[in-house]
Amino acid sequence: MSILIKGGRVIDPGNKTDAVLDILIEGSKIAKVAKDIQAPSATEIDARNKIIAPGIIDIHVHLRQPGREDKETVASGTAAAAKGGVTTVLAMPNTQPAMDSVEHIKFLQGIIANDALVNVLVCGTITRGRLGQELSDIVALKKAGAIAISDDGNSIASDNLMLEAFKQAKQAGLLTICHCEDKKLSGQGVINLGFNSTRLGLRGISNESEYKRVNRDIELAEQSGAAVHIAHVSCRESVEIIAKAKKRGVKVTCETAPHYFALTEEDIIDYDTNMKVNPPLRTKEDVAAIKAGLKNGVIDVIASDHAPHTENEKDIEFERAEFGKIGLESGLAISIMELIDTNVLAWPELVRKISLNPAEILGINKGIFSAGGDADVIIVDAAKEFVLEKKKIVSKSKNSPFIGKKVKGLVEYTIYNGKIVYKS
Amino acid sequence: MIWTKKDLLGLEYLTKEEIELILDTAESFKEVSTREIKKVPALRGKTAVNLFYEPSTRTRVSFEVAAKRLSADVINIATETSSVRKGETLIDTGKNIQALKADIIIMRHNCSGAANMLARALDISVVNAGDGWHEHPTQALLDIFTLKEKLGKIKGLNVAIVGDIAHSRVARSNIWGLTKLGAEVILCAPEMLLPVGIELTGACISTNIDEVLEKVDAVNVLRMQFERDEGAAFPEQLDYFKKYGITEQRLSKAKKDIVVMHPGPINRGIEMSSAVADGVNSVILEQVTNGIAVRMAVLFLVSQAKDAGR
Repeated sequence: MSILIKGGRVIDPGNKTDAVLDILIEGSKIAKVAKDIQAPSATEIDARNKIIAPGIIDIHVHLRQPGREDKETVASGTAAAAKGGVTTVLAMPNTQPAMDSVEHIKFLQGIIANDALVNVLVCGTITRGRLGQELSDIVALKKAGAIAISDDGNSIASDNLMLEAFKQAKQAGLLTICHCEDKKLSGQGVINLGFNSTRLGLRGISNESEYKRVNRDIELAEQSGAAVHIAHVSCRESVEIIAKAKKRGVKVTCETAPHYFALTEEDIIDYDTNMKVNPPLRTKEDVAAIKAGLKNGVIDVIASDHAPHTENEKDIEFERAEFGKIGLESGLAISIMELIDTNVLAWPELVRKISLNPAEILGINKGIFSAGGDADVIIVDAAKEFVLEKKKIVSKSKNSPFIGKKVKGLVEYTIYNGKIVYKS
Repeated sequence: MIWTKKDLLGLEYLTKEEIELILDTAESFKEVSTREIKKVPALRGKTAVNLFYEPSTRTRVSFEVAAKRLSADVINIATETSSVRKGETLIDTGKNIQALKADIIIMRHNCSGAANMLARALDISVVNAGDGWHEHPTQALLDIFTLKEKLGKIKGLNVAIVGDIAHSRVARSNIWGLTKLGAEVILCAPEMLLPVGIELTGACISTNIDEVLEKVDAVNVLRMQFERDEGAAFPEQLDYFKKYGITEQRLSKAKKDIVVMHPGPINRGIEMSSAVADGVNSVILEQVTNGIAVRMAVLFLVSQAKDAGR
């Protein structure tokens, strides 16, 4: 089967392309990107006034399977991904059981082979059971197909163990993704430490609990020579620390999530538990630093940190509710509104952060339109305004802080491996 | 001025005029408790439910007395013996009470924001009787009512709030209420008991109790909430009493008619000496009496707003 996408604005930063072009897909591959392609037998999609970009690669997604299929499954999570224009997700390993052994990874890969609508890559754990006590068999995880390792949700308290993890990851050629949080400092906190936590009478989480651990993890990575990717950067000091490390040549990359540039602690006006995330929503100054970091390139990637939770886990007292929000379906629209429309990023820079950069960080041959390359393509009506409605959420969980928000930028088609997996 | 809110969740959410309306309404209800037959029919046929997730005698009984003096039927739910023990969620409990056709839920809860959440989920009125470290609006209202009764006004007064500000919902409600009514609020505590950014409420901060006492018209002495934050740092009790405890000696340098308040229950010998608690400046028991009038006003106003469909 062939698909011909006609007349769209093709944004492909990997080839420095930003022009009105046609794209011909044959089978699962890109056949040609050029002006005025003629292919009478192909299914034609009129993409005039639309943006055509490589599919989004979301490097931080919780699919919850196995173990918490009531929150999300590979099937429901990848359907949500397709709706959001995401063609590759990196599944975080904090499942039940955790992805800490070859057996568990093989089991998940079996589910992915049957149920996934888009590409799902598996992240293994750094330590067994994510307990921070004993390293996983990192070489074996790599052989089983893990593309990175992370104890996401937890940070390894022991410096020695973390250093050893970096050393083994380097030998295995695996990327280490760090959730940076010193739990001795964040304690029982539930929102950012500041006037808002005082006003609401909630325990606070300091910036320090994040950036001190960012600093440590970068120093240990530097010492070992391993590559490190810092997950969900939320505060200004973390951005500064990463900027300095990059300058001195450390192999460090990082991501932030749309809620860290679209929302502040002040949005938690009435104990909305969908605003309860970890790290917490920070201040205006932090949001400004995140946006500056995106603009000047210190922050490489925007990832959703899609964290589905059931209503039973969210519709309860704020202090008792789970941390996390969903984001696969809203990430692109929020990024367009908060970054493109406010001139923080131009379109090619945004596409780079949601597709090309994550592909390069993970070392996969995606995020770029090359002849013979994977046909992962999205068609976006960037000007289309719509309201994010709860009843339209495809994810099994509905914990979005953006429900009811008027946004801009609708994904019209998501094509994965040459197949249309979503059409609006 | 018409009251339009079905709930009372905190003083932060009220305007100056709304607070004044509650105080004025309380003033007219105060007389009821002095009658031979201490009852008016204002809430006859209404049902108020006391839903207390934290131990409380004073506040629960005060609400019960207030509701009964308005002729409402009162049901007390002790959460230790209810389905809450079986894992029922707060919203489910609330919806069940609503299904019983109760009119008002008066709730005390150990989680900040619990009353906000319940009020959002229900159509019936929710009155916050204290939520975590967040707010305790009727306590602040009765403090303000008592102060106004004693000193004739609130605007322009200097009021000190002393002690465990960090863990105190009473402090937060008092700060909002007093500043809205035009008083100057000075918070006085050791640094470890002053929460981050509290000065952004408009209150001033001091760590020197003797300086503060010299200039204020009233002092509200908070209870040390040892039970509310396990593992947190608290000052050593004797040391705290030495540095911040309200004693007769300290009061000797204060204005002669300084009003001394405490929301109770008192830790005698920690926050204040027994002599001060029982002394001429203390209005602690008058606060308790005024609590009934203030709570009558609140129950009456939220009920009226609900009936009017506002």
